[in-house]
Amino acid sequence: MNKKSDNKFDHSAKLEVSQVKRQKTTFEKVRLELSKAPLSAWFGMLVILGYLLIAVFAPIIAPFGEAEIFSEAYEPWSSKHRLGTDQIGRDVYTRLIYGARNTIGVAVITTGLSFLIGGGLGLTATILRGWVDQVLSRIVDVLMAIPVLIFALMLLSIYGSTIGSLIIIIAVLESTRVFRLTRAVAMNVVVMDFVEVAQVRGEGLYWIITREILPNIMPPLVAEFGLRFCFVFLTIASLSFLGVGIQPPTADWGSMVRENAALIQFAAVDFSYALAPLLPAAAIALLTVAVNFVVDWFLNLTSGLRDD
Amino acid sequence: MIDKVDKSDNLLLKMQDVCIEGFSDESWHQIIRGVNLSLKRGQVLGLIGESGAGKSTLGLAAMGFSRPGCRISSGSIVFDGVDLLQKNETYKRSIWGTKVAYVAQSAAAAFNPAQRLINQTIESTVRNGIQSTSDAKSDANRLFDRLQLPDPNKIGSRFPHQVSGGQLQRVMTAMAMSSRPDLIIFDEPTTALDVTTQVEVLAAIRSVVDEFNTAAIYITHDLSVVAQMADIIKVLRYGVEVEEAETRKMLSKPKDPYTKSLWSVRSLEKKEIKGHDLILELSKVSAAYGDTKVLSAVSIKVPRGRTVAVVGESGSGKSTAARVITGLLPQESGEVFFNGTILPNKLKNRTRDQLRQIQMIYQMADVAMNPRQSVSDIIGRPLEFYLGLKGSEKQNRVIELLRQIDLDETFLERIPGELSGGQKQRVCIARALAAEPKLIICDEVTSALDQIVQEGILRLLQRLQDQLGITYLFITHDLSTVRAISDEVVVMFQGEVIEQGLKSEIFSTPHPPYTELLLSSVPEMDPDWLTNLLKNRGK
Repeated sequence: MNKKSDNKFDHSAKLEVSQVKRQKTTFEKVRLELSKAPLSAWFGMLVILGYLLIAVFAPIIAPFGEAEIFSEAYEPWSSKHRLGTDQIGRDVYTRLIYGARNTIGVAVITTGLSFLIGGGLGLTATILRGWVDQVLSRIVDVLMAIPVLIFALMLLSIYGSTIGSLIIIIAVLESTRVFRLTRAVAMNVVVMDFVEVAQVRGEGLYWIITREILPNIMPPLVAEFGLRFCFVFLTIASLSFLGVGIQPPTADWGSMVRENAALIQFAAVDFSYALAPLLPAAAIALLTVAVNFVVDWFLNLTSGLRDD
Repeated sequence: MIDKVDKSDNLLLKMQDVCIEGFSDESWHQIIRGVNLSLKRGQVLGLIGESGAGKSTLGLAAMGFSRPGCRISSGSIVFDGVDLLQKNETYKRSIWGTKVAYVAQSAAAAFNPAQRLINQTIESTVRNGIQSTSDAKSDANRLFDRLQLPDPNKIGSRFPHQVSGGQLQRVMTAMAMSSRPDLIIFDEPTTALDVTTQVEVLAAIRSVVDEFNTAAIYITHDLSVVAQMADIIKVLRYGVEVEEAETRKMLSKPKDPYTKSLWSVRSLEKKEIKGHDLILELSKVSAAYGDTKVLSAVSIKVPRGRTVAVVGESGSGKSTAARVITGLLPQESGEVFFNGTILPNKLKNRTRDQLRQIQMIYQMADVAMNPRQSVSDIIGRPLEFYLGLKGSEKQNRVIELLRQIDLDETFLERIPGELSGGQKQRVCIARALAAEPKLIICDEVTSALDQIVQEGILRLLQRLQDQLGITYLFITHDLSTVRAISDEVVVMFQGEVIEQGLKSEIFSTPHPPYTELLLSSVPEMDPDWLTNLLKNRGK
């Protein structure tokens, strides 16, 4: 090395920092973003929170048992049965509350499972490339070519409509979408030098997936989780409406709509009759809208879109 | 440029006391703090400084433009007698692309990939009604010719991906010239190009700017480039003007200590020492990506404890050679010897110890580190992975390594986003050191950095070699870096090794034509360098 030059601006590497912004802690960031969240997002978050509370504390909130049958069917609204009773005399209010627990519970488990399958395979395909990627992608293409609802109907009639097979079948079918998304976003990360650094270091597949790639693709995946949840939720409700979803006596919004659908024709006599099928439908709609509000806001945040 | 006689005295641009603020962290921060700038017609002003100095922001402000998230808070910008800050967007739009034009750093990113070059070249001219489409087209073809583009009448019908980076940069200059503006702002137009291409682009830009007597603001961090292009040089730092003077005066007698330090960077030079036993040897290695052959029978010898620089333009196979050595791209034929034994082709066939002994440092430090990991995780992982260190033992070693790269324990919990460019590269060096390697491959490690920071990194690498006896394989296209760090030099061209030898041999003795071209293309601080070079090449 040559002699030290007489340079007064000998940059100490530590001082270079003067120009660098100090980043906020996660807690500060979350608080800041929450304070700027739009009304729609707040609405969404409150609704979701409400649903979750109802789902968790269903046995405490509900006045009666989930499958408890009373003497009179189609009883109108009264102080005892706040929303009346259904076609075989079960309390509609109670079943709405339990419905939150069952429908949301099944949907969350199904979505989680579909992310586990789709995300895991998507990341594996991204890293290994070559024939692994080809085989997985083609299988996914084939599965995606068949409409989900029809495919699910077919599989459910083969394997029977138990909660277990319902969850697995929908999770597998939905995981194809998750696979596509994960593969696409992970492709952008896997070409980064730091993944190559880990590979050259000799790290295994598990480390590369969980430590190098996953933390960098979380935001789109979280947003997708919200959206996928809506789709899964709607699919389950549709299947229940068609009679192959969650089976009675388990309360479920989709089947509640179906069971009470006939009542809608009495709307002209007493509007509260029509509410029996409409309320569970509204519960589905409200949750879907709320989740979408939150996802919209979150996507906007993480994609870095600015309004100027 | 320097000895241009016809210099009309009238003022084209006068910026007075300009302040620009940027919005971040919920408040406005000053980026430019009261800079004055004046430019006469036909004059070329060189704007230099390290990154973050506010060069580009000031350059854009000269056309009354501020980036989203920035605002021009005070001062006046008088262009051609009109204060742009008093004018509305519509007026400014009417002069952008007609009287003022902008040439961006990355031409590849600035062109619309779906449109033919000629249509993009003449778009603003035709839209603003300066010329009819057919006139503008034939004029553009003339400009292509003046800019020495191959096949000037046909090149316009190509798409951006069908021409090379250097050609694209010249087409962009033609686009800027198309409306014959009074002022062109060049924002680092040659930074992304190889030296050999850079010369052509510089010569082309200079000749058209000269011919049409266009004023220009030339933004760069490369002093030797600005020396060729500018009449006057302005040095910026932290948004404040450090010094302004005529080019020759500035080069010979810089006043400010900061300017002096900028100048001294290029004088760094290492005394070469001949190495004895080899640590790494590539013997007739050939490699290909699919069907495209990238390396053909490449042989490189790397002596222990020395630095071997691999030079060549992009596409010459430098980085591919590095990928073969690290095992990322198994070679098709030939052998790689490391410490006398053959290295397995494939990454997964190498032992952990073989992997440990060869480490790599990348060009872009920000993508070479996981943005979600802290500095202590980044440096600590190789310690844990290769050496089995855990807990406080690991932590202490990380701090030790941080000290070695002139940082300290206050950096432990930072993530890459909280580090400056130089610090990032230092952390990457520490990560490589953590594995206690015998050989470090440095792939263009300084080319994304400012010159002063570059100097710091080069000094650090040299110190580490002196202390730890590490061998470097230093891939670069910058010959001043080669001078500063290497003992031996390998010249590569189109996947072949043209020659290998001691630095003094490569730099002095007669060479194959390609080495000659490469060496002569490196800009020097002499303002007459380009003129003389073109004269010599013309013969």
